Amino acid sequence: MTRILAPWVLIIAILAVWEVGTMLGHVPAYLLPAPTDILTAFVQNLPLLAASGWRTLEMSLEALAVACVFAGLLALSVSLNRTVDRAVRPIAVALQVTPIVAIAPLFVIWMGVDHPERAVVALAAIVAFFPVFSGAARGLASADPDLERLFDLYGAGRLQRLARLQLPSAVPFIVEGAKVASGLAIIGAVVAEWVAGGGGAQGLAWRILEAGNQLQTAKMFAAILALALMAAAVHLAFVWLERRALVWWRGR
Amino acid sequence: MSLARLSAAKVIYPGRGAALGPFDLSIEPREAVALVGPSGCGKSTALRLLAGLETPTRGMVDLIVGKGETSVVFQSPTLAPWLSTEANVALPLILAGVRHSEARARAGAALERVGLDEARSARPAQLSGGMAMRVALARALVTQPRLLLLDEPFAALDEITRRRLADDLLSIWAETGAAMVFVTHNVEEAIYVAGRVVVMTPGPGRFAGEIRVEASSPRSEGFRLTPEFRVAVEATSKRLSQAMAA
Repeated sequence: MTRILAPWVLIIAILAVWEVGTMLGHVPAYLLPAPTDILTAFVQNLPLLAASGWRTLEMSLEALAVACVFAGLLALSVSLNRTVDRAVRPIAVALQVTPIVAIAPLFVIWMGVDHPERAVVALAAIVAFFPVFSGAARGLASADPDLERLFDLYGAGRLQRLARLQLPSAVPFIVEGAKVASGLAIIGAVVAEWVAGGGGAQGLAWRILEAGNQLQTAKMFAAILALALMAAAVHLAFVWLERRALVWWRGR
Repeated sequence: MSLARLSAAKVIYPGRGAALGPFDLSIEPREAVALVGPSGCGKSTALRLLAGLETPTRGMVDLIVGKGETSVVFQSPTLAPWLSTEANVALPLILAGVRHSEARARAGAALERVGLDEARSARPAQLSGGMAMRVALARALVTQPRLLLLDEPFAALDEITRRRLADDLLSIWAETGAAMVFVTHNVEEAIYVAGRVVVMTPGPGRFAGEIRVEASSPRSEGFRLTPEFRVAVEATSKRLSQAMAA
């Protein structure tokens, strides 16, 4: 009971102190709006926030799908050939440690200034790529060694080994990687929108920027709230999907 | 003519030193041999040589049995968690190119033989340790092997389950006419299942002696109470402690 109550009590306490503090302290609304002002802004702008949230979600999920396809194919070729593995690893790591903001302007140029949504998807896909790739690559190499020996004993061929041992063994790792990547894809999409947003890429980050430029701080907070709610919902959805996938995989 | 023979076989792992030998062992058709020795003496390595899964660094391995005629059971059941019990048992046949319908039928028969035919659609995660080991045994039997290699198969099970499984193993062995090599560090278990117990020295293991167990088959729990059983256990234990001291 306390486990469920404790965070709510803290949240309500913070909000109460915030509300009373802004009221008594005469804090200007453009600096720190009261929680009730934020709630009002949230409700008033709900249709716009929902549409923008959907846009960000759409681009994140597209990016995740792109990342999964490319990461899966690359992990497969890496697991089939050690030379490819050695060749690819340093580039994959370099891609992972390069800040996305630094390469974002390049992608805006490459994808065409008329299509900011393509740049956002591409950038978010780069951010989401690594956990899927490393999960799949590790999974493909992590079959039970005794099962590998049995496959040796039964004279299994390269393809049989891949289809009947390595790929099924990799499933939990791939699902875990996709779960981590789903969160990163949203972060990537938001950061990319910041740099490349506008036009067809007016998601929640764009709303935050827009409201900030007009010094509508309550609206900024409302967009941040919408973003947090959306990210939490996506996280919970992927936790649920992972659990379902594992039940399907090991039968309970 | 023996089914498999190790002649002065020595295995050295790079960086880890010698694991086995030089070690001699010959397996005759239809016999049951137990390999006993302290942990780290190379029992499992010897078994992998007999299975053709490893090659010796020095010495010779002669395998008269073909690759498809040998089956191995490991200490853990080593089942694929994503496959049903039946699909796990059918796997060796599928990999050998047997048609799915036939493989399934033969897997069902093998499961029936180990007393698990009603668990054919269960997944490994739903089985107890003893049941999972029976599935592993069924998978080893489904190819009708001439040589059955068992690497401490019951070590992780409780005493009652391991005794019951030892009885089942003996009746299956008698039925199939396969030769079996049973690796264990449990002397009583070795005497119970084997006609010949080979004792190994501490690693890298060499031949330290051999105890013949003269007893009628089929054996049953009563065998553990006979004087022959006690004599064989004492002789093996003595040989084992001599090997450890040397």
